[in-house]
Amino acid sequence: MIEIFIVFLIFGLLGIVLIFMNKFLGPSRTNPSKEKQFECGSPFLQKGINPIPIKFYLVAFLFLLFDIEVVFFFPWALIFKEMGLTAFIVMFAYIFILAIGFIYAWKKGAFKWEN
Amino acid sequence: MSEILIILIKVVLALVWLLVLTLYLTWAERKESAVIQDRIGANRAAIFGLRMIGLFQPFCDAIKMIFKEDFSPKFSRRFLHTTAPLISFVFVAVTISAMPFASPLHIGDKIITMQILDINVGLLFILAMLSLGIYGIILSGWSSNNRYTMLGSLRGAAQLISYEVALGLSLIGIIMIFPSLQLSKVVTFQGDLLFGFLPKWGIFLQPLGFLIFFIAALAETKRVPFDLPEGESEIIGFFAEYSGLKWGLFMMTDFMEIIIISCLTTTFFFGGWQVPFLAADGFHFPWGGEWILAHGVVILFQVLIFNLKVFFFCWLQILIRWTYPRYRYDQLMDLGWKALIPLGLINIVVTGIVMSIIK
Repeated sequence: MIEIFIVFLIFGLLGIVLIFMNKFLGPSRTNPSKEKQFECGSPFLQKGINPIPIKFYLVAFLFLLFDIEVVFFFPWALIFKEMGLTAFIVMFAYIFILAIGFIYAWKKGAFKWEN
Repeated sequence: MSEILIILIKVVLALVWLLVLTLYLTWAERKESAVIQDRIGANRAAIFGLRMIGLFQPFCDAIKMIFKEDFSPKFSRRFLHTTAPLISFVFVAVTISAMPFASPLHIGDKIITMQILDINVGLLFILAMLSLGIYGIILSGWSSNNRYTMLGSLRGAAQLISYEVALGLSLIGIIMIFPSLQLSKVVTFQGDLLFGFLPKWGIFLQPLGFLIFFIAALAETKRVPFDLPEGESEIIGFFAEYSGLKWGLFMMTDFMEIIIISCLTTTFFFGGWQVPFLAADGFHFPWGGEWILAHGVVILFQVLIFNLKVFFFCWLQILIRWTYPRYRYDQLMDLGWKALIPLGLINIVVTGIVMSIIK
C-alpha cells in the first residue's frame, strides 16, 4: 500500500508548489482599494457573514440520512449474484422502509425550496 | 527498489497526462464554444509566427497565471484562504490514480498494472475523494469573508451533497451486475459478449443507471446547466476573492473533474479499455475473422481506445455546457431529490427483479 502514500505525497507537493509559486514569482503591490471586499464596485452594505438560512442545514441533514443508506447498498450489491432471491427479498424490505421515510420527508415539506 | 521506481514512473505519467489534458481542455472549450457561437476562438498565441490554430494558448495562460500577484485580502482568514484551493485540487487530482488505463502489461515474468492504485475498494476511494473536494468549496467561500462567496459556497455544498446521493445510487445497479468495487475487475467483466455479438458494456445493461449517473456527474462538475455555485452573471462564485494560481487551481479542478467524470463514465458504462472483440491475443470477430496481434500492440490499442472514449465524453460535456441554459435553484434541487433519487431506487429494484428472473 505504499502506492497511496506516494500518490498523496506527489500530488500534495505539486499542489503546495503551485499555491506558493505566485509568492516567489509574482509582484507584490498593495493599495487600499484592493483590500475591499469584491461586490461589483458598489459600496458594501454590511461587513462579514450573515446567519445561514436553515434550509441548507436541512439539506445537509437529509444528505446524511440518505447517503448512509446508500452506503448500506454497496455490500448488498456485491453479494447479490451469489445470494439471489433471499438477498432480493431482504433488500426489498429495506428499500420499502427507505421509500416510506422518503415519502414522509416529502409530505412534511422537506423538499420545498422556495419559501 | 524497482517496484518503487515503477510506481513513481506511473504516478508521474498519470500526472502529466492529467495536467496536459486539463490544459488542452481549456483550449478545446474555447474552440468548441467558438464554433458553436460562430466565432474563431483563441488563435493569436504564436511561437516564431507559427500560430497552429491557437494550440499554444493554454501554455500562455499558464505562464501568465504563474507571474500574477499572490494576494489574499486582509479581511480573509489567511490560512484557510490559502489551503482551500489546495484541498480542492489534491483530492480531485488523486482520483486519477485509481483509473485503469489498460490490462496488465507482461514484460518477461513481471506484471505491470496500468493503474497506480489497484485497490479492492477503488470505487469507494473515488467517491470519498470526490466528496472531500466539497471542503475546498465550503472553506474558500467562508474564509473569503464576503457575502457573495459565502452564498456561492453554500449553494455549491447543497448542490454537491444532493447529487452525491444520486451518484451513489446510480452505481449500485452496475455493482450488482459486475460484483466488484475494484475498477480493473469491473472493466474485465465487461469484456464478454452479449448474445454473441454485443459487447457487454454497462450502458447496454444499465441504460437508466447511465442516465442518472451522467446527470448527477454533470451536477458534480458545477458547470453550466448546474453552475449555481459559480453563477457568473449574478454572484461571481465561491472563488471571487481569489487571484493568480490559487484561482487557477479552482479552474483546473473544474476541468479535472470533467476528465475524472469522463474516466468514470468510460470505466463503468463504456467498457473502460475494452475494445469490442479484442481478446488478449488479438481480434476475434463473431462472424469468424481473426487478427492476431502482439501483446504490446494489444495494450497500445487498449490505452488508445480508453483515451478516445475519455475524449469523447469530455467533448460531450463541453457541448452540453455551451448548449443549455442554467437551472433555477429550486428546479435544481427538485431534479436531484424528487427525480434522480426515486429513479435510482426504481433502477435498483428493476435490476434486482430482472436478475432474479434471468437467473
